Amino acid sequence: MVNLQKRYPNGFEAVPGLDLHINDGEFLVLVGPSGCGKSTVLRMVAGLEDISDGDMLIDDVRVNEMGPQQRDIAMVFQSYALYPNMTVAENIAFAMKLRKIDKETISAKVAEVAELLELTAVLDRKPGQLSGGQRQRVAMGRAIVRQPKLFLMDEPLSNLDAKLRVQTRAEISKLQRRLGVTTMYVTHDQVEAMTMGDRVAVLRRGILMQCASPAELYDTPDNLFVAQFIGSPSMNVVTGTVAEAANGGISLAVAGQTINLSGEAAQRLAGLGGRTGSPIAVGIRPEALGGDGDQHLDVSVDLVEMLGSELLVHATVAAPSVRSTDDGVEIGGGSESTIIAKLDPRHRVKAGDRLSLSVDTLRLHAFDMETGAAIGRA
Amino acid sequence: MIGLFDVGGRGLLIAIVGLGVAALLAAAWLVPAVMRALPVRMQPQASTLARLGAGATVWGVSAMAWIVLGGGRSSVSKIVTTLYYVTNGIVALAALFGILYLIASLFPEPFREWFRTAAFLLPAVLLLFGLVVPAILNVSDSFYDRNDEWYGFGNYVDIFTKDANIKVFSNTLWWGIIVTIASTVMGITIARFADRMRGEAVAKAAIFLPTAISMVGAGVIWNFVYSPREYGLLNSILPGDPEFFLQDSSLFGITSPWLPGKNTLFIMIVVIWIQAGFSTVVISAALKGVPDDLVEAAKIDGATDRQAFYKVVLPYIKSTIITVATTTVLAVLKIFDIIQTMGKGGSFGTSTIANEMYEQGFPQDNEGLGAAWAVMLFLLVLPIVFVNSRNQRAQREGR
Repeated sequence: MVNLQKRYPNGFEAVPGLDLHINDGEFLVLVGPSGCGKSTVLRMVAGLEDISDGDMLIDDVRVNEMGPQQRDIAMVFQSYALYPNMTVAENIAFAMKLRKIDKETISAKVAEVAELLELTAVLDRKPGQLSGGQRQRVAMGRAIVRQPKLFLMDEPLSNLDAKLRVQTRAEISKLQRRLGVTTMYVTHDQVEAMTMGDRVAVLRRGILMQCASPAELYDTPDNLFVAQFIGSPSMNVVTGTVAEAANGGISLAVAGQTINLSGEAAQRLAGLGGRTGSPIAVGIRPEALGGDGDQHLDVSVDLVEMLGSELLVHATVAAPSVRSTDDGVEIGGGSESTIIAKLDPRHRVKAGDRLSLSVDTLRLHAFDMETGAAIGRA
Repeated sequence: MIGLFDVGGRGLLIAIVGLGVAALLAAAWLVPAVMRALPVRMQPQASTLARLGAGATVWGVSAMAWIVLGGGRSSVSKIVTTLYYVTNGIVALAALFGILYLIASLFPEPFREWFRTAAFLLPAVLLLFGLVVPAILNVSDSFYDRNDEWYGFGNYVDIFTKDANIKVFSNTLWWGIIVTIASTVMGITIARFADRMRGEAVAKAAIFLPTAISMVGAGVIWNFVYSPREYGLLNSILPGDPEFFLQDSSLFGITSPWLPGKNTLFIMIVVIWIQAGFSTVVISAALKGVPDDLVEAAKIDGATDRQAFYKVVLPYIKSTIITVATTTVLAVLKIFDIIQTMGKGGSFGTSTIANEMYEQGFPQDNEGLGAAWAVMLFLLVLPIVFVNSRNQRAQREGR
């Protein structure tokens, strides 16, 4: 996709320009909050939505002007969009029937796909008589039977209950790896994105914020939006100031306390060097607090949530929070904010305690206060 | 002159209406007070009674006002009288239901529900009785000839042996086939191409408009179109001598009792014009109910617009199409008024069963044959009602 643009007749720019390359056989997840244009992008790829500008290439062939019929793609819809008047077998066979493939081949392929998706027993039923999970599998079957160049999925799990969703998530991943079909998957659920994607593209208001592997997105987010969108509970971000440490290193003033960066931690955030005295946004994930850190942050505990495998501590620090918004960066009101730390459940902490949380400076993030861009090595 | 313009009358009128309003206001204040005093168990009955009382007051006031207005004698009160009789009917029916309901409510619990159901079913059962008895009498009538002598199945034999009667029977069948297919297909086509078009609402309104015209009105309008006289629209467009469109009972020169005449086809056009509007509006509504992603899925599966329409959209709205078609067949098989206005009461071989039922039964004074035609019509309609109800049941049970 090169500079893909979508403008609506009313002037609204849903996708102002998107460059994205999907490798052969890759599972790419498009993720973002609702209204970020991810479905619009998918529909443009499918040919269901006109492309206002830019080029859409499949195997180096420009397909902008092609209808969905000619693009050789398959799609799984959120609603599954099964044909209610046809049986499961007819639903799966529909595309092949339209291509006038002979009957024996069709029934052989339908049987094969049904076997794969455990649908053999329900082949003669109509979609109305199936459970949600079965319908979802029929929709998958209808798509994979064609062996298309590209597989599109628009939130295919959102109509399933939580338990089935987790199970189906794994099944789709396995299936995709087995078939090796290039796949583009749209979801608003960051857990789905992280667990399923080879790479994840995070979108905000039609703009690509970052496209990388799940681990990379998590460990080195390009900007505040990605940092806060990925991960649950999300990254703690508060205001801070850059100061020069006595030994020529860098230190951060956060909530009236000083965090010194040394060694590798200082190198990771070397970009802070030229910013002495200026305010920045300091981010740290809940699990990087209270573990084996070299620096400390004193907080007062408001609430303790015991989850069995971990302990979530909600605590107050004397610095306002920083949040990524649609327009950029917003500083929370007041002079203090709540941060969350993920501790080992053996810790004995209760609400009202003063606590000194260790800070793992190797997992500290810094962001520009104006743009929200990550500040890195230099 | 007694009535609205009489000063004394007007004073009386104001007094009566004033009294009525005062009574209602008093009741509005009194009833809640009384209600609170009653035990809870009695309250529903009391509230029904209060409503009935209020209704009766309004009714009584209007009755007295009517008398003051001249009791139907003055010209002004003619309108009031008509309105009054209509209201009387409604009030009487409501009162009947109210009283039956109240009586039913007095029964103890296991029977109360049963009696309430019975109370509401009673009028319908009575009306059904008034429908079934004449129907049975009609069947027995059909075994007599024009002189009220026993004729056995003679009338039925006549229907299938006499050319004039075969023509009536075949005409009716052709009406059912041609008009139903044409108006349904037109409905589907127009609804499909008007869907999401700019000005769709205006286009559909224009197409729907003829449906609002009565058959008689449409007949009169189209008589002008087909007329052989100087104002005949079609004849003034076509070259040559004026043609008698509504008198040509042959089909392009072929005359057969099993074929409809050209004149019948010309009358059918009028009814198609009327029915297509109905089909379009109903089918258009059904089309809007087809989920977008169903069509999109079909396109991604490789279907062209045409294939998506015929293989996915049409099956989806199948039951609506069946409903439209059966409704049209039922309306058309009973076609009568337009035959009266355009076919001169079934002259020139345009008659249909419903028309013949009337023509034989009354003007021709052959009640037996008229009754036999009625039975034929009933037998023709029966399978369609069956198809319709089965379709509706299928619809209820879901696809």
